[in-house]
Amino acid sequence: MVDINTEGQLDTVQMMVNMGPQHPSTHGVFRMVLWVDGERIVDLEPHIGYLHRGSEKLCEGELYAQIVTLFDRLDYISNLNNEMVFCRAVEKLMGLEVPERAEYIRVILCELNRVASHLLFSGTFGIDAGAMTPIMYAFRDREKIQTMFEAVTGARMMHNYIRIGGVKGDVPDDFSQRMGALLKELRQGIDETDRLLSFSEIFLARTKGVGVINAETAIAYGMSGPSLRACGVPMDVRKDEPYSVYDRFDFGIPIGEKGDSWDRYYVRVMEMRQSMLIIEQALEQMPDGPTITPSRLVLRPPQGEVYVRGENPRGEIGVYLVSNGADKPYRVKVRPPSFCNLMAIKELLKGTYIADAVVILGSLDIVLGEVDR
Amino acid sequence: MAERHRREEVPQASSALDDKGRALELLLPGVLAEFEPEIVSTVNLVAATVKPHDISAVCRVAKEDPKLSFDYLMCLCVVDYVEHLQVVYHLYSTTLNHMMVLKANVSPDEPSLPSVTPLWVGADWYERESHDLFGVSFEGHPNMAPLLLYEGFEGYPGRRDFEMPEYREW
Repeated sequence: MVDINTEGQLDTVQMMVNMGPQHPSTHGVFRMVLWVDGERIVDLEPHIGYLHRGSEKLCEGELYAQIVTLFDRLDYISNLNNEMVFCRAVEKLMGLEVPERAEYIRVILCELNRVASHLLFSGTFGIDAGAMTPIMYAFRDREKIQTMFEAVTGARMMHNYIRIGGVKGDVPDDFSQRMGALLKELRQGIDETDRLLSFSEIFLARTKGVGVINAETAIAYGMSGPSLRACGVPMDVRKDEPYSVYDRFDFGIPIGEKGDSWDRYYVRVMEMRQSMLIIEQALEQMPDGPTITPSRLVLRPPQGEVYVRGENPRGEIGVYLVSNGADKPYRVKVRPPSFCNLMAIKELLKGTYIADAVVILGSLDIVLGEVDR
Repeated sequence: MAERHRREEVPQASSALDDKGRALELLLPGVLAEFEPEIVSTVNLVAATVKPHDISAVCRVAKEDPKLSFDYLMCLCVVDYVEHLQVVYHLYSTTLNHMMVLKANVSPDEPSLPSVTPLWVGADWYERESHDLFGVSFEGHPNMAPLLLYEGFEGYPGRRDFEMPEYREW
């Protein structure tokens, strides 16, 4: 195949490399067809849909209260954030008030879920870049959060805890003390992982300046969340359109400078610290009272449509809910954050080395469950 | 027994626009005057219904007019109302922090309307998904290959009349 041409240089052949769907660093079932010239990626074609379960269609056949369980299974790393956005959509459509205590419990658990999700990201991103140790620390800490979730919701992952009009039940009596201890341990753990990985020479060489995207392109692709904030755009629904009780807390929105893989990683590390600040303030302010507004078991929201936005760990989730007054929704459309973030992969990967493909894909932090729905 | 729950009239959701929504509600009829939009307000957003062949031009105005500057395509989806398919665009402005809804009704037989990928690259997968699930084709889209479904899938599973296969034990 290789010939010496007249100028004395090696001839190269363009080669097609298939990556995935069963590939450990695609974080699920995602397939890319790469056309490579030597080590450079010339072109690529992403293929999704291996996990398409028709969630939106299934929603049309379920009662409103049952759909919460389907939303658990979209982004299975941040279940509570997903449950919350659907419940908020139905509440907005019905004009249903949520008790204050329930709002605080929701915010605390959602932010805790954000920390758990980012911990999983920082660990697996380390593996993508060749660092095997950080995931051990990250998983140790994430496990503590999962134990906390189990204590509150009764389940480690598919909680079905946030209900339309509030939450399933009150938190355990020793919730505040346990949270205090947990936050202390988490802070230590995050600092530990941060020291171990973030400024390591090899890690910097693998991620700095790799997979750069500028703000305009990112906005044109509809990217959101930490991946967009890494380009220096301070877009966050919790600040732009404060929902629940987010306007009562003092917290910052970390942004990056260059929009490279390292920025996308470090924005998430900083976000974990901000989330813990929110949790601390929420624990302090949390009032006593009921945790759910009683409503009928079979809800029949009025005819109309609503679009509700929420900030997930991966970016902005949106739910477009159309109701015709029946006990089942007429149409549910989810705007999944990973879907839009992943769309930019073509822009990010062209012209980079094949070894960096794994790092760049990892830095987007996708969950195929919500990409394919 | 089923009759007991049936109500005579279906209540309508009340609309509660915020300040930005009300400002847009006043602004839109003037800016989009040449397209004769039908402007209504949903529960929390302003929605403008335009003719399907105008959608590309309307989107261009929405993106480039300094008072609207919708530079971010939040969501694109199709709703099947049986007698027509409604293509719904949720637009957001990162600079002005406001949102609006654009709608276009197309017929369920051979539905087609112009693609908005030249304006927002992010419409790419949304349009392919809509083509997969509802059979809406977008003229000018660079690649209309199936996205979520496999090659050779028959029918449009998003539509109301799609028959779900019966469950059976293997």
